[in-house]
Amino acid sequence: MSIAFETHTHDVLVIGAGGAGLRAAIEVSAQGLSVALVCKSLLGKAHTVMAEGGAAAALGNVDPQDGWQPHFKDTMRGGKFMNNWRSAELHAKQAPDRIRELELWGAVFDRTPDGKISQRAFGGHTYKRLAHVGDRTGLELIRTLQDKGIHSGIDVFMECTISQLLKDADGRVTGAFGYWRESGRFVVFNAKAVILATGGTGKAWKVTSNSWEYTGDGQSLAYEAGAELQDMEFIQFHPTGMVWPPGVRGILVTEGVRGEGGILRNSKGERFMFKYLPESTRHMFAETEAEAKQWVDEVLAGKPATVRRPPELSTRDNVALAIYAEVKEGRGTPHGGAFLDISYQDPDRVKRKLPSMYHQFKELADVDITKAPMEVGPTMHYTMGGIKVNPDTQMSAVQGLFACGEVAAGLHGANRLGGNSLSDLLVFGRLAGLGAVEYAKQYGATPKATEDQVKAAADALMAPFERSGEGPYEIHRDLQEIMQNKVGIVRTEEDLKAAVSELDAIQKRVEKVSVDGSIQFNPGWHLAQDLKNMVTVSRAVAKCALERRESRGGHTRLDYPDYSEPLSKVNAVIRKGADGQMEYNQAPLPELPAELKKLFEEDKK
Amino acid sequence: MAHTATANASNATGEKKIATFHVFRGEGEKGEIKEYKVPVESGMVVLDAMHYIQGYQSPDLAVRWNCKAAKCGSCSAEVNGIPSLMCKTRLDHLDLSQPIEVQPLKTFPLIRDLVTDVSWNYQVNKTIKPFTPPDNKPEDWRYYQDDVDRIQEFRKCIECFLCQDTCHVLRNHQRKDAFAGPRFMIRLASLEMHPMDQADRLKFIKEKAGIGLCNITKCCTEVCPEEIRITDNGIIPLKERVVDRYYDPVLWLLRQFGFVR
Repeated sequence: MSIAFETHTHDVLVIGAGGAGLRAAIEVSAQGLSVALVCKSLLGKAHTVMAEGGAAAALGNVDPQDGWQPHFKDTMRGGKFMNNWRSAELHAKQAPDRIRELELWGAVFDRTPDGKISQRAFGGHTYKRLAHVGDRTGLELIRTLQDKGIHSGIDVFMECTISQLLKDADGRVTGAFGYWRESGRFVVFNAKAVILATGGTGKAWKVTSNSWEYTGDGQSLAYEAGAELQDMEFIQFHPTGMVWPPGVRGILVTEGVRGEGGILRNSKGERFMFKYLPESTRHMFAETEAEAKQWVDEVLAGKPATVRRPPELSTRDNVALAIYAEVKEGRGTPHGGAFLDISYQDPDRVKRKLPSMYHQFKELADVDITKAPMEVGPTMHYTMGGIKVNPDTQMSAVQGLFACGEVAAGLHGANRLGGNSLSDLLVFGRLAGLGAVEYAKQYGATPKATEDQVKAAADALMAPFERSGEGPYEIHRDLQEIMQNKVGIVRTEEDLKAAVSELDAIQKRVEKVSVDGSIQFNPGWHLAQDLKNMVTVSRAVAKCALERRESRGGHTRLDYPDYSEPLSKVNAVIRKGADGQMEYNQAPLPELPAELKKLFEEDKK
Repeated sequence: MAHTATANASNATGEKKIATFHVFRGEGEKGEIKEYKVPVESGMVVLDAMHYIQGYQSPDLAVRWNCKAAKCGSCSAEVNGIPSLMCKTRLDHLDLSQPIEVQPLKTFPLIRDLVTDVSWNYQVNKTIKPFTPPDNKPEDWRYYQDDVDRIQEFRKCIECFLCQDTCHVLRNHQRKDAFAGPRFMIRLASLEMHPMDQADRLKFIKEKAGIGLCNITKCCTEVCPEEIRITDNGIIPLKERVVDRYYDPVLWLLRQFGFVR
């Protein structure tokens, strides 16, 4: 029986329409090639819209001392030197142009008193570096790219899930197979090059800032196609998610609150962050409440800071662990978090700089943040690891398969600095677009999916309807319990070993998952598909976490609390072995070239 | 969200309050109201209840959602007849002694259950001339916060399309052929009022977007979850610009002789 499906043919296919995917598609189109942009949601709803605080770029508008070198160094330090140095260098150098370009496309950033793009402070950034629009920077960014994109000749395919990448006999990528979420009908995209821009995998955890879309699709598609996944153990738990009410547990509270002077206290009223500053960076932060207050006063007055910044602006990994420890030791708030207080400031200013936080807490938690503190706690937010790519072209180990944004690895190392993801997706979205164009131009005639490929992919998709038994929601809940409790913010050998074997069992249940109903907009069926990806990525995370017997950035081991010298020189690499099993290996971390190393030595003098 | 559902189940003490939901289920022309009982958690919103139904009672209930924090505008529906974001409609603000009615947006064609076909909005957006900067942009553009406060208000729009759903020109009179709707009036306003924009969209606003069809009942402003003053700050100033251009007798005369546009 032949299978009904529609076909679309383009030079380049981009999967995922958040900031990275949109920016990549815009670049492909600007270079004169045809491009399809596929997304699971409606256009403009991707997680980029949730980014709040800003995009980091060394424009030097507020702190003129800033430049690409300090941004590069902050990124490497924040990533505990697990970053690919070349990614960090490209990012720091190119981010300012990417921000200015957005203005040309209609973005309206908040202004400095002299009319330039304003910049705010954020954790781990030495200077005020985040271009922002109140606390809805991501919305501004995605809307700007969306409006640019729809006038750039991009073909947009909304509410479409890709279930498989297609390759030819030479191992080159040739397109993808998927289905319309609305109708359930099949669709084939033929393309010379494919760019994955599908974001993270937060929905494998119980408490997360991520929406339903973030199920590790790109990582899993790439893994199945033969690409390598790198440093999957580094998961960012954002320190400030909402903790109450239960329905919004995990929803993001922007780091912008701390950037604007927000203070963290425990239930005893202690400003605990002073005691959690790591020795290596302690000298960069205020020593006393008075010094921290002076910094905030200077920021509020719009002046360059003359003293050191408050301890709340330490890196995310560190603040998240501090809150975790305070709660664990019995000094948590009524709903098990820490107090984050901005209510000491002028209410009108708070509402102007943090409008969506004001509304979010007022409407969802009955808290007026201009009068009372927020309750916050760690929430799974971001995957630093991802598909291993060449930093300059963003191509993976699979010919013609590219990746950019959160789904790719390299830039952030063991811990991402706030604000570096919005600039990441602009810089590397563009580079992936350029890389794919370069590759596609040399490819020759556009490939075409074979009937066998389509049949195999369609059968795999429809299989859950043929089975009877356990549905996807229950398996998903069990997966989230395992990841939350055993592969969470602090980890141990015992928990991780248990997680690895329990995830193997989950994998077997997913292979037998069953769904009911029609193929038309059926969330149960959609989840069954997403679940496959979540399990693959979860297994990769647990394996990498088990093997990294040290604590570094977003990976904390209770049983190995310190850095390990040998592990500081290797990246973790996951790939699918010839026998179909998941393989773990270590690869040497690319060494910093002498001229970049010098930047750090100058500091020590 | 599944974790909410888990919390509901594990916290059950037997004393839990139960809310009754009447949810529209169906495809195309066919459909019916189905009743569901959902245990109430503190702070619970209507979207949590829809997820509970998906997770425990009806896994194929179709509903769009993303951020769950009123930032993406995906979970639009009509709750007790009022166009709302389900993620910010709190159960403790509703009368739980009565069933809560959850219906899809009425202005757009139904796909299934609570999901409607909103693609028309994307087509309208495509017809709007994009931001048009001057030819030579200096490296650092200078313009001031006061100049952009107003358009930043418009740019808060999360494209939930609740204003489009409630606008009687679109909802009752079905004039999608002649009227772009409030969402795109503020999109047009954000471009027209941008201090650096060089394009002129007034002819489009008058003739294609059909601004004359709006008779400023302000229903759109009332349902906007971002509290954008769509009518007062967006539509009325655009109407004034159109009037100044096309209905000023002196300008009309000058235009006849080709002195002005």
